[in-house]
Amino acid sequence: MTISADWYLGVAAVLFAIGTIGLLVRRNVLVMFMCVELMLNSANLTFVTFARTLNDIGGQVLVFFVLVVAAAEVVVGLGIVVAIFRRRASATADDLHLMKG
Amino acid sequence: MAGATVASAATLHLPHIDYLSILPVLIMMGGAVLVVVVSSMTRRALGTSASTALSVLTGVAALVAALFQWHSVTTHGAKVTIAGAVVLDGFSVLVQVTVAVAVILSAMVADGYLKREGVDGPEFHALALLSASGAMVMGSANDLIVVFLGLEILSIALYVLTAMNHKRAESGEAALKYFVLGGFSSAIFVYGIALTYGATGSTNLPQIADYLARNVVADNGVLLAGMALLLVGFGFKVAAVPFHMWSPDVYQGAPSPVTGFMAAVAKAGAFAAVLRIFVSSLSTVRTDWQPVVTGLAVLTLVVGAAIALAQRDVKRMLAYSSINHAGFILLGLEAADPRGVSASLYYLFAYTVMVIGTFAVVTVMARDGDNGHDLEDYRGLARRQPLLALALAVLLLAQAGAPFTTGFLAKLQVVSAVVAVHGYVLAAIAMLSAAIAVFFYLRLAVVMYSPTGSVADPVPAAAGGDGEEGGGGTGAVTELLTFDRGSDAVPGLAVLTGAPPLDDVAERRVTVPVLTRAAIVISVAVTVVFGIVPAPLVDFAHRATLLFH
Repeated sequence: MTISADWYLGVAAVLFAIGTIGLLVRRNVLVMFMCVELMLNSANLTFVTFARTLNDIGGQVLVFFVLVVAAAEVVVGLGIVVAIFRRRASATADDLHLMKG
Repeated sequence: MAGATVASAATLHLPHIDYLSILPVLIMMGGAVLVVVVSSMTRRALGTSASTALSVLTGVAALVAALFQWHSVTTHGAKVTIAGAVVLDGFSVLVQVTVAVAVILSAMVADGYLKREGVDGPEFHALALLSASGAMVMGSANDLIVVFLGLEILSIALYVLTAMNHKRAESGEAALKYFVLGGFSSAIFVYGIALTYGATGSTNLPQIADYLARNVVADNGVLLAGMALLLVGFGFKVAAVPFHMWSPDVYQGAPSPVTGFMAAVAKAGAFAAVLRIFVSSLSTVRTDWQPVVTGLAVLTLVVGAAIALAQRDVKRMLAYSSINHAGFILLGLEAADPRGVSASLYYLFAYTVMVIGTFAVVTVMARDGDNGHDLEDYRGLARRQPLLALALAVLLLAQAGAPFTTGFLAKLQVVSAVVAVHGYVLAAIAMLSAAIAVFFYLRLAVVMYSPTGSVADPVPAAAGGDGEEGGGGTGAVTELLTFDRGSDAVPGLAVLTGAPPLDDVAERRVTVPVLTRAAIVISVAVTVVFGIVPAPLVDFAHRATLLFH
């Protein structure tokens, strides 16, 4: 049995949508980070699928770039979260309201 | 023998890397590494002054390298190197010049700030140099994935820079907001790259252009979705309406020199990449993306100017003003021809110098703790420190587009580029938004030149008793109280107990460190001199696009 490439692209699109909606709906900063990761990985799945259908190794290589960047981004993000929430009890985005306008 | 066979079978074809063609980027990255390494090798951490000197020298070296590249490009023409991933042309050189100027000026402004706030050390300079190298990579990227890498080098360093001032709660909050929305926009951008790759079979910009020129891809859903996601991702980065909501908070919360740097470098890098991708690579499908860019430009121009009117915090006002500027730069993209690109490039350079100069004044105007950016804090500045007020007034007028400044020429060029492609309505909207913008720039100038304690507030007093008694005195004290609510350190209390009488607060003179003064003078000089003698810079921008492909 073969599964056509469209299904992989569909899964990737669904993952991307879940990530986007999750980021917009959830208020916990760590869950928001996870949603960004979900979005990046949906892009990775899309890259790999297209690399397979286009028979082009380039697309698979791009995945490694995205993985490295995602790792670097999370390191910085967690650092910022630790710096902020050392002073606070919870990691909720709604608590961050010093600035408005 | 067998070993030799294996070795020859496993030969890799490495691309030839022309290091000279990416010299400014390498200098920036090398400078950042140097700052960090030298500071960890020496027994005591490298002082702020020494790292500032290293940072300025690195910026100057990158500027010189970029000018040498300009010579090479004008004599030998543009070239594509490193397996087609990087391009060296007039466009990339001008972006590199812009970024190098931003680094030099920001390092000079940051020096005084870091010493005043007690966050000394090499971190600011190392991160600023890295971030600048990312913007340079974006300017010379010839492949979507290189654009992405440049974008991330730029952004990740900026997130940390925003959180630099660990003594202010707002700094961390701004960094988190910037990080979450930055990560969100990067993810959208990568997905856009993935879909564009799927639709065209390559991430290389010339190959995408080639594919689109050979094949009719009318109403290709994957390509349309890819382009839309690329635009949304960039919309976040350049703070185009409706993707601008992070920018006022981040501009307000970030340390003031970082705000100036971010406004200049992030815009330069992101606009350089978006111009190259859309104008040179996706130009055959421009009928699909041009209406979207028009909509973005209109919204950005109008909303940016309109909301800026309601701001009483100077940093927030400048954030909305920067959104308004993004609208003008989008006009050059909308025109989608060499003239538009050259106008946008010129605008980016002029804006870089103006905005860093403006934030330099904002930096020195702030009280210890980087607070006190209310409009009222600027009241009577012209009487206390006439030269500082004059410099800020010139920079604000230039941002508003007053004649004999680069700001005027920048606005003139983008609007005439749009008129040249018959975008009369868009040009009219741009003029209207410029007229609205004049009002809020002039309001700050009027406040500076009006006497202290005057009740003749040119704005409807939004903050009740704030404007009436003793200038910004009461406002400032309550602000300090509010801001220190969440923090363990209580500099606010110290200020309160030893609080000077209200009249003294109004009579407050700020000290302007030498390097910051030099940066302000350079910004004003560049803005005015190239405004009166426009030919060299306009010519530079114009020729930069001729060598653009």
